[in-house]
Amino acid sequence: MAIETENKQNTTIDIDTELQHLTSKIDFLREQVKKGEKERIHELVALRRKFKELARKKQQEMSAWEKVQLARHPKRPHTIDYIQNIFTDFVELHGDRRFGDDKAIIAGFAFFEGKPVAVIGHEKGRDTKEKIERNFGMPHPEGYRKAMRVMKLAEKFKRPIFTFIDTPGAFPGVGAEERGQSEAIAESIMMMGSLKTKIIATVIGEGGSGGALALGVADRILMLENAIYSVISPEGCAAILYKSQEKAPVAAENLKITAEHLKELGVIDLVVKEPLGGAHLQPKKMYRHLKRALKMELRCMEDIPIDELVKRRQEKFYKMGQFLEK
Amino acid sequence: MGLKNFLSKLKGKKTIKVEKGEWIKCEKCKNLVYSEDLLKNLKICPHCGYHFRMSAPERIDSLLDDIKSYDLFPSLKPKDVLKFKDTKRYKDRIKEAQTKTGLNDAIMIAHGNIVTSEVVLAVMDFRFMGGSMGSVVGEKFVRGVEFAIKNKLPFIAVTASGGARMQESILSLMQMAKTSIAVGKLNENGLLYISVLTDPTMGGVSASFAFLGDIIIAEPESLIGFAGPRVIEQTIRQQLPEGFQRAEFLLEKGQIDMVVDRKNLKKTLHTLIKQTQG
Ligand SMILES: [Zn+2]
Repeated sequence: MAIETENKQNTTIDIDTELQHLTSKIDFLREQVKKGEKERIHELVALRRKFKELARKKQQEMSAWEKVQLARHPKRPHTIDYIQNIFTDFVELHGDRRFGDDKAIIAGFAFFEGKPVAVIGHEKGRDTKEKIERNFGMPHPEGYRKAMRVMKLAEKFKRPIFTFIDTPGAFPGVGAEERGQSEAIAESIMMMGSLKTKIIATVIGEGGSGGALALGVADRILMLENAIYSVISPEGCAAILYKSQEKAPVAAENLKITAEHLKELGVIDLVVKEPLGGAHLQPKKMYRHLKRALKMELRCMEDIPIDELVKRRQEKFYKMGQFLEK
Repeated sequence: MGLKNFLSKLKGKKTIKVEKGEWIKCEKCKNLVYSEDLLKNLKICPHCGYHFRMSAPERIDSLLDDIKSYDLFPSLKPKDVLKFKDTKRYKDRIKEAQTKTGLNDAIMIAHGNIVTSEVVLAVMDFRFMGGSMGSVVGEKFVRGVEFAIKNKLPFIAVTASGGARMQESILSLMQMAKTSIAVGKLNENGLLYISVLTDPTMGGVSASFAFLGDIIIAEPESLIGFAGPRVIEQTIRQQLPEGFQRAEFLLEKGQIDMVVDRKNLKKTLHTLIKQTQG
């Protein structure tokens, strides 16, 4: 399980660097124009055009492996960022009441458009210290158990639940196994399958196997355009099936882990557009896009009686999978 | 998650296809065992008690007395939706596994009696692509559960799996949700669900229906866990202690109810059914 993959000769990363560079230039010029340097407006327009062209090119030519890099981009907005920018008055709740508090998962209550809701998501952490504290977003059993506790509360108080998925996967460690991570993930999945409240899940970055699915059984499943969702990391798959870590790009392609493919396979309900060049280049725009999408989704569920909603949720997952039957 | 688990660490526990009149070397004590003696002994080594892996049909024969059906849903077959190819084509892997095992996929949903109690018995077969869970395993499990609910029968699952079937990618992951939701329905209907974990039970199967049993039983020395031992060793850069992720270790950590010798499994299941159902 690669925590962070270094890229040597990755064209997307080169383009990305240039896009980031352009973004700051554009921001600077915009300020100058605002301050009265009207003659620089042509320069600004030209730069903007260049940015758009380059960003479009990038989006079109991007391989699955490059999307993997983008989904794990160090500047990509995390759960914490979405909480701060889409919700208000977030109150974080801690601990599973059994063993500890897993910082790889954040959970609590907040307001969405003025209405009370529960929010739960993986958090990878930003700087090195925080990444270590949050175990790079790889939960232990305590994390899922905390999530379940808050989900139960949301059900009790009839609050909709928003989950944000962004994890390399469950943590492969001794303690995690000793404390029953199989059971914790399974229980969380089963609980979400029958929870009597609305659930909207969004894959914002990396949807890594069981650790992701533990927050992913929802009425509506959204996925950001450049996010990935997979049964195994491309690196892991390459090592096992292709007998070589270097085949990760091939594995990424063949596993069909991009939002587009998942929509085709009926695993997700909606692909949320990212700003040109990716969420990290224009995060504010990303928050607006996602907020709008979440608002719509919530509104669409408003009139559905809760028992009907749960029934539909279960039927949706029952339909997942493809096989032959003679 | 997945096949990495057992492919790497597991030392040679094999589902031995026993031919008549053959001598087999026990993996554990290295003694030679006469094949027919092994079969008569439920594939347990008469010298040291080592449990050889069982195929799904062998397991069904060992647990059910009155077999109404070996497989209620035999017509379901895997489909190569993604046209997946690694070192081999998924299509070819399916064909090979089908030829080798005579099964369509890695699970059979049997129906019959354990002593006098009528049950639905879902049994996985490790020989079929490492017992990996793809769409067929998920669908058959769900149909088995629905059959149990309709007929108000206890549901018993005997697991043997390296995890999710990577060749079906995200669809295999979703089988975890599908099967777990099905278990939820057994609960709603007050029906007993016992899961029997055999060697190995890992990854996506472990983190879904395997660990959702009302009662969880494991066979001696079975490897059971979510992450594979080698992945853990690579992550923590330490050697794992002897016995880690084995059935006895899980019992000590409070993760399962009991470790039951294969010879006592049928009786234990029957007793538990009597104590909880009817
Ligand atoms: Zn022996």
